[in-house]
Amino acid sequence: MPRASKRKAAPASSSSVTAPPPDQSRSRTAKATSKTRLKESDQIDNLFDTYANSSLGQIDPEGIETLCSDMKVEYTDVRILMLAWKMKAQRQGYFTKDEWQAGMKALKANTLLKLVKTLSELKKEAEAPQNFEDFYSFAFKYCLTEEKQKGVDIESTCELLKIVLGYQFPSQVDSLVEYLKVQKDYKVINKDQWMGFLRFCKEISFPDMANYDENQAWPLILDNFVDWKKQKSGGR
Amino acid sequence: MLLLFIDRSFTVPSFDVQVKLGRGNMEIELEQGWEIIERGITRLKNILEGLPEPKFSSTNYMELYTTVYNMCTQKPHDYSQQLYDRYRESIEDYINSMVLPSLREKHDEFMPRELVKRWENHKVLVRWLSHIFHYLDPEFIPRRSLLPLREVGFICFRNLVYHAFYRDLRVWVLSLIDQEREGEEIDRALLKNVVDIFVEIGMGRMDCYDNDLEAAMLKATAVYYSRKASNWILEDSCPDYLFKVEECLKREKDRVSHSLHSRSEPKLLEKVQNELLSLHENQLLENKDSGLHVLLRDDMVDDLSRMFRLFSRLRYGLETVADLFRQHVTGEGTALVKQAEDAASNKKCLSEPDSVGLQVFVRKVIELHDKYLAYVSDCFQNHTLFHKALKEAFEIFCNKGVSGSSSAELLATFCDNILKKGGSEKLSDEAIEETLEKVVKVLAYISDKDLFAEFYRKKLARRLLFDKSANDDHERSILTKLKQQCGGQFTSKMEGMVTDLTLARENQTSFEEYLGNNANANPGIDLTVTVLTTGFWPSYKSFDLNLPVEMVKCVEVFREFYQTKTKHRKITWIYSLGTCNLIGKFEPKTMELIVTTYQASALLLFNTADRLSYSEIMAQLNLTDDDVVRLLHSLSCAKYKILIKDPNTKTISPTDSFEFNTKFTDKMRRIKIPLPPVDEKKKVIEDVDKDRRYAIDASIVRIMKSRKTLCHQPLVMECVAQLGRMFKPDIKAIKKRIEDLISRDYLERDKDNPNLFRYLA
Repeated sequence: MPRASKRKAAPASSSSVTAPPPDQSRSRTAKATSKTRLKESDQIDNLFDTYANSSLGQIDPEGIETLCSDMKVEYTDVRILMLAWKMKAQRQGYFTKDEWQAGMKALKANTLLKLVKTLSELKKEAEAPQNFEDFYSFAFKYCLTEEKQKGVDIESTCELLKIVLGYQFPSQVDSLVEYLKVQKDYKVINKDQWMGFLRFCKEISFPDMANYDENQAWPLILDNFVDWKKQKSGGR
Repeated sequence: MLLLFIDRSFTVPSFDVQVKLGRGNMEIELEQGWEIIERGITRLKNILEGLPEPKFSSTNYMELYTTVYNMCTQKPHDYSQQLYDRYRESIEDYINSMVLPSLREKHDEFMPRELVKRWENHKVLVRWLSHIFHYLDPEFIPRRSLLPLREVGFICFRNLVYHAFYRDLRVWVLSLIDQEREGEEIDRALLKNVVDIFVEIGMGRMDCYDNDLEAAMLKATAVYYSRKASNWILEDSCPDYLFKVEECLKREKDRVSHSLHSRSEPKLLEKVQNELLSLHENQLLENKDSGLHVLLRDDMVDDLSRMFRLFSRLRYGLETVADLFRQHVTGEGTALVKQAEDAASNKKCLSEPDSVGLQVFVRKVIELHDKYLAYVSDCFQNHTLFHKALKEAFEIFCNKGVSGSSSAELLATFCDNILKKGGSEKLSDEAIEETLEKVVKVLAYISDKDLFAEFYRKKLARRLLFDKSANDDHERSILTKLKQQCGGQFTSKMEGMVTDLTLARENQTSFEEYLGNNANANPGIDLTVTVLTTGFWPSYKSFDLNLPVEMVKCVEVFREFYQTKTKHRKITWIYSLGTCNLIGKFEPKTMELIVTTYQASALLLFNTADRLSYSEIMAQLNLTDDDVVRLLHSLSCAKYKILIKDPNTKTISPTDSFEFNTKFTDKMRRIKIPLPPVDEKKKVIEDVDKDRRYAIDASIVRIMKSRKTLCHQPLVMECVAQLGRMFKPDIKAIKKRIEDLISRDYLERDKDNPNLFRYLA
């Protein structure tokens, strides 16, 4: 994909920040700290402006791409998705100013360098058991680009699975993706099925799947997947 | 104090004795008194021994009794204790000196005989003596907590005689029983008497009988019958064996009532049953040459009844019989299915549909049901286990289709053949009623009842609309039977259809009146319209057939008429179901042709053209290829060639051309040109599947609405139970519907327990 040709050069729009009147009683360091703080949020805003589409007032897909290449991270890297999660981004491919600011503050990053550094921490955070389900669920929602869209098409689901679960459960994801591509029952995957995939990976031993009970409330697509996989490996 | 002595060797016609019971000042010495008493006792003993003795009068008794009385009441020397002891000693003495020796010298059956006699005597002796010593009973004995006189007397016999001889007695009893079993005549009275000893010696308790006799008898019985069983099982056929068993049981029961104590009956019979039946049940029933299968095959009703009677005595005896019965019926049914399949595949080679064969198959299934139901009610006394076995067997093979047609379809076709005019079954009214009754019974075994309903409805529609129904009463009758069996919802649409026809006739009358009153509303052709209520009838695709000009006016006229009747309803014309009478002016002679509206529309095209191509016809009629092919085939390649096809092949192809056959003729003046119906099978199955999806949805929502939360398994189970009356829902289908309902926000999965669903209002 071509690099974004335009670079924002607008000045920082932090002119609304007014410095408090100098107080003789304030220490020098305090003065300096507040100045630094100001400087930080300025920097965050500046960074935003660097990548944002000025007419939109948001960072658009091209901007994100540029950001990625600047960070020397692949666009399809899971950490970008995690970044979106951290920012609670609502719309795939776009970051609003508020989202950006909130995210960067939460990451305690105000420069590109710092952002890059925090990415690995962010990964650990997202992978933490108490957070991962939330992140996983977000990843699906993030793909629902149309209004009232309830399902994600098979192609995209497969890609998403690889990104989000591929490194944790590689063999399950490989099998699942293979199955999703050959099966004809479903053209889209809904939220319930998506969440089912995660539960499957976490709870079911693989590849024997001995503790899978189709009489439980697993989504039907997983029942079919298990049957298919068992048949493939020579049946029972 | 007056005492009455009622005794068998001593009668008291009147008792009027002055008894001097005065307490004189004369004290009786122990030995003195005892001498008197003993003399009396000796006399009694002699009488028992059969020695010559003058009769013992009441005066004698009184004397003795009074002596005892005095000796017990006098003061200061109250000899109650001594008298009590000597009472016992007298008895013991008598036993030791007279009874035991006489017994010891007897052998074989003389010993029991003697013992019986001695026991009877002993009872008398004890009675007499108890009377004499009676005064001890009310006060002395209870005061000292001693055993009563009578008991003391019996205990003496028991300890001295019974304990010495009971084993020999037992041996004798058991051997006598075995002799009788082997068919020999025995002395039943003696046997009874001996057995009674075991009973009576227990003095109110059955210990002696139970432990000393019964236990051994039961064991011996088991041994005896075990031996018999191992012989018989090798030699006898199952029915013969069972006959013997029944005989044995009868005889054993008889024996108990004559010779033994009744409490032994259940235990005894249980032993016999156990050895003869329980232990050999499987071997008997599964016997290849004469077991249950054979009895059923050869209709051996008596033997089957006996088998039932006998095995119902065992606690779990009938389970095995019912199991084998079920296997047998399943086998017979499955064989019928196979037979029908084979016949059908043979016919397939000849490329004919095997409708006759399938009809025969259904009839055979009904006959099979009759046959085995008869066994259940006659031989197996309508026992629930057998009803259940029959039901399970039929459910297994009745749900196997034949040659691609489900049993639901076969059954519906069977009914159609009975109910339609010119159907393959020619039966009397009674026979028809009976058959319909039986068909409905067989329907109970079919799990896809909704599929049957749909096929039935489709065929009913054809019968009603093409006036093919033979008898209105039968139509209504079967609907009543179906309603009784499957509920009102099952038959409501069909009943609606039948009612529609009645209403349609009335409607037609009004229409004709309307035509009569409105001269300009004349369609120019005789028109009959049947108005169907949409919900009741199967769904028909209505194509926009380009009606011939002649018919267009008809449609308009009727529409106007209908508007006068009701403004709130919309009419959709289904031309595919109409019929038409055409006058065909052929060269040989003019003929009347009865055809469908589609066929008529095609033929009328030739009024304005001599020759038309396939595509021209299709364009003019505005029908699908399927329809055009079918109708042209019926007019040019079937029995009556109204059109000449070019080229003259057997099938229609889009490049064909057609010409009106002016030379066509037939010996009849009026012919019906059938248009074979489209195979409805696929559509029916599709419709039923769709209805099932709705039914499952509705059921799930109903359940969840009332339960609010429910786990997956119970939800599925309840759903299956609710829908079971009409069909057996596929578990995967239910799962799919649940997921669909989740995505439509009727339900949600619980956050913590993925197996739990919650109803979303």
